[in-house]
Amino acid sequence: MSTKNIMIVGVGGQGTLLASKMLGYVLLKQGYDVKVSEVHGMSQRGGSVVTYVRYGEKVYSPVIDKGEADIILSFEKLEAARWLEYLKPGGSMIINTQEMEPMPVITGAKIYPENLVEKMQAAGAKVDAKDFLALAIEAGSAKAVNIALMGRLSIYFPEISKEEWQDAIVANVPPKFLELNKKAFELGRNA
Amino acid sequence: MKELMLGNKAIARGLYEAGCKVISSYPGTPSTEITEEAAKYDEIYCEWAPNEKVALEVAHGATLGGVRSATAMKHVGLNVAADPLFTISYQGLNAGLVICVADDPGMHSSQNEQDSRHYAEAAKVPMLEPSDSAECILFTKKAFELSEKYNTPVFIKTCTRVAHSQSVVEPGERVVPNQVPYVKDPTKVMMTANSRNAHIRVEQRTKDLIALAEDCEFNRVEMGDTSVGIITSSTSYQYAKEIFGEKASILKLGMIYPMPEKLIKDFASKVDKVIVLEELDPFIENHCRKLGLDVVGKETFPICGEFSQNLLKNCLAMEVPKTIRIEDEIPGRPPVMCAGCPHRGIFYVLKKHNVMVYGDIGCYTLGAIAPLNSMDLNVCMGASCSGLHGFNKAMGTEGEKHSVGVIGDSTFVHSGITGITDISYNMTNSTVIILDNSITGMTGHQQNPTTGKNLRGEPAGKVDLEALCKALGYRRVRVVDPYDMAEVETVLLEELEADEPSIIISRRPCVMIKGTVHKPPIKVDKDKCVGCKACMKIGCPAISVRNGKVEIDETLCIGCKVCSQMCKFKALPQNDEEEA
Repeated sequence: MSTKNIMIVGVGGQGTLLASKMLGYVLLKQGYDVKVSEVHGMSQRGGSVVTYVRYGEKVYSPVIDKGEADIILSFEKLEAARWLEYLKPGGSMIINTQEMEPMPVITGAKIYPENLVEKMQAAGAKVDAKDFLALAIEAGSAKAVNIALMGRLSIYFPEISKEEWQDAIVANVPPKFLELNKKAFELGRNA
Repeated sequence: MKELMLGNKAIARGLYEAGCKVISSYPGTPSTEITEEAAKYDEIYCEWAPNEKVALEVAHGATLGGVRSATAMKHVGLNVAADPLFTISYQGLNAGLVICVADDPGMHSSQNEQDSRHYAEAAKVPMLEPSDSAECILFTKKAFELSEKYNTPVFIKTCTRVAHSQSVVEPGERVVPNQVPYVKDPTKVMMTANSRNAHIRVEQRTKDLIALAEDCEFNRVEMGDTSVGIITSSTSYQYAKEIFGEKASILKLGMIYPMPEKLIKDFASKVDKVIVLEELDPFIENHCRKLGLDVVGKETFPICGEFSQNLLKNCLAMEVPKTIRIEDEIPGRPPVMCAGCPHRGIFYVLKKHNVMVYGDIGCYTLGAIAPLNSMDLNVCMGASCSGLHGFNKAMGTEGEKHSVGVIGDSTFVHSGITGITDISYNMTNSTVIILDNSITGMTGHQQNPTTGKNLRGEPAGKVDLEALCKALGYRRVRVVDPYDMAEVETVLLEELEADEPSIIISRRPCVMIKGTVHKPPIKVDKDKCVGCKACMKIGCPAISVRNGKVEIDETLCIGCKVCSQMCKFKALPQNDEEEA
């Protein structure tokens, strides 16, 4: 098979790294070659963050370029729009509809664009937008938004069973938050 | 068993498997996790040194004691370690020494984009360059063998995309060589005749290593279509494979210094055209040209920034994928100081008084970003102190009364102590603010000599900043709480005015340190809020305005009340009692 590309984008501190770790874990178990590329450091202080996950028979480049992503999993709406150019035309954009205003918007220098979901849809993205933050809170903690989003992402992999995803949660989250995260995963998956 | 592993963790694994026993490093993105991950192995002693020069000297000292040792640093850290590097190259070792250095093309988290490969050539130290995590383990282990066989330190050089990418590895077992007994050897003293002889040895060593490079496991030819031959290394190899697959022949150089000669010439003779693919400087390209080869290089590919598959396709006039976009302008999302960051109030006060701020390297560099905009410049670790002294020597009283240096606790110990010594010794009435947040913040919360804890978080020695500054000749050493902006302002103005050098220590732990006690989020009195946005001048990400009134994001606010001090209408709680 040719290499598949998934991007996880969001705001520094939202838990994107754990999501990519889980996804990499699941894909490796399927027997794929996998590469996951992250950026640490400066951007983790509330900046725009991106993780590239690539899998297939043999993966070379660690990064995904414009027009290459099969799926973008966005933890925030503006970030989805920022990385839209990286999506293949017709690719899937899973969006947590939460709005987090960046500093230029907070200071009034820029505006947060309106109707982003509709505009991305019109541009040719298959948009799957839900309030995953609300689902995470329903599960017991706003911090579980990453796992709720992973739940949603899981339905895009019909060949991978729910149990295999749950194994990844067990392997990657602390035991005391396990039940909460399993619930968040379930709510996201069935959203 | 196969697992996904971060490049830095894989280097740590390689250090472990090679039987490495001592690691001394200074944190720096993208190299930090090498030492953090290595510290998880009880068998390896790991420490954070005050700076990279010290770290390299410690690691070298440990090899003289007979155990395999290593140090890890970012590219600019190698500048600091350059002094011992060049002479350790001459002096040799008693057990293997590996120096891990991570470049940052694209400057994701760095102030410059220097190419560390030049150091290998300049210091005549062999350099291996892995292109993924599996090679990170393998090359690190092999580096120790090379180090011991050729009696030289060996570089493991990465870049952000190798250091911070996970790929598939199969970890092996740890094998520990016997400790080599220390034997006094007068030729180890690097002076006159000994150094001259050592230099001759080093030149012969390089010739021997070139011979090795001609036929070794690090350099590999992958013949495909012979119309194009690509000479490459590191991530550029991955991009070449991504773009060309079997449609090109590739010479992958895993040993980037010294480079082979015959191998490259032979490869070039088998292909119609040679392309050199490498990020940053034309290092391989210059070598090829020296061998008389006509290659496609930096006239086609950029020196600045990171490569990617599309960038290279564009350079080679190949088709790139179609994209979709929307018309709206997407506002940028620069990193910001965290809500409750103790640096925020300091920068606001500095801006208010239009003070020239010579910044330094750390989270507080974010004081340069809107709306605080209060940093004038920065250069490198410690320059805030020494650079300020030079500025004030040129400007005289006009400079001294209107300028400060701003430096974090870890950066101060790294390179600020010598700078403030120059101020007190050569006498400018300079004012340096030490932002003591009890941690090395930007690189991800490492301990340092001012925190009283070692790398593992265990109790350790502690530098007393006040006593240190006094011992260095400062009579005026003031300590302020950065949450109290009135106090900060008073002290700042007094110290700028004082006709002698001053140190202001701004002391508050980073809010992100585990265990820092936070106050409850504040509440806005919406009746009193007139929407004047005065509180927004401090650039706190927890504050926004909706429908003409201020809103506080309760998930971010930690109740520092710096914003309250901006509010003239008492819409924000002025003290804890009022809030209760």
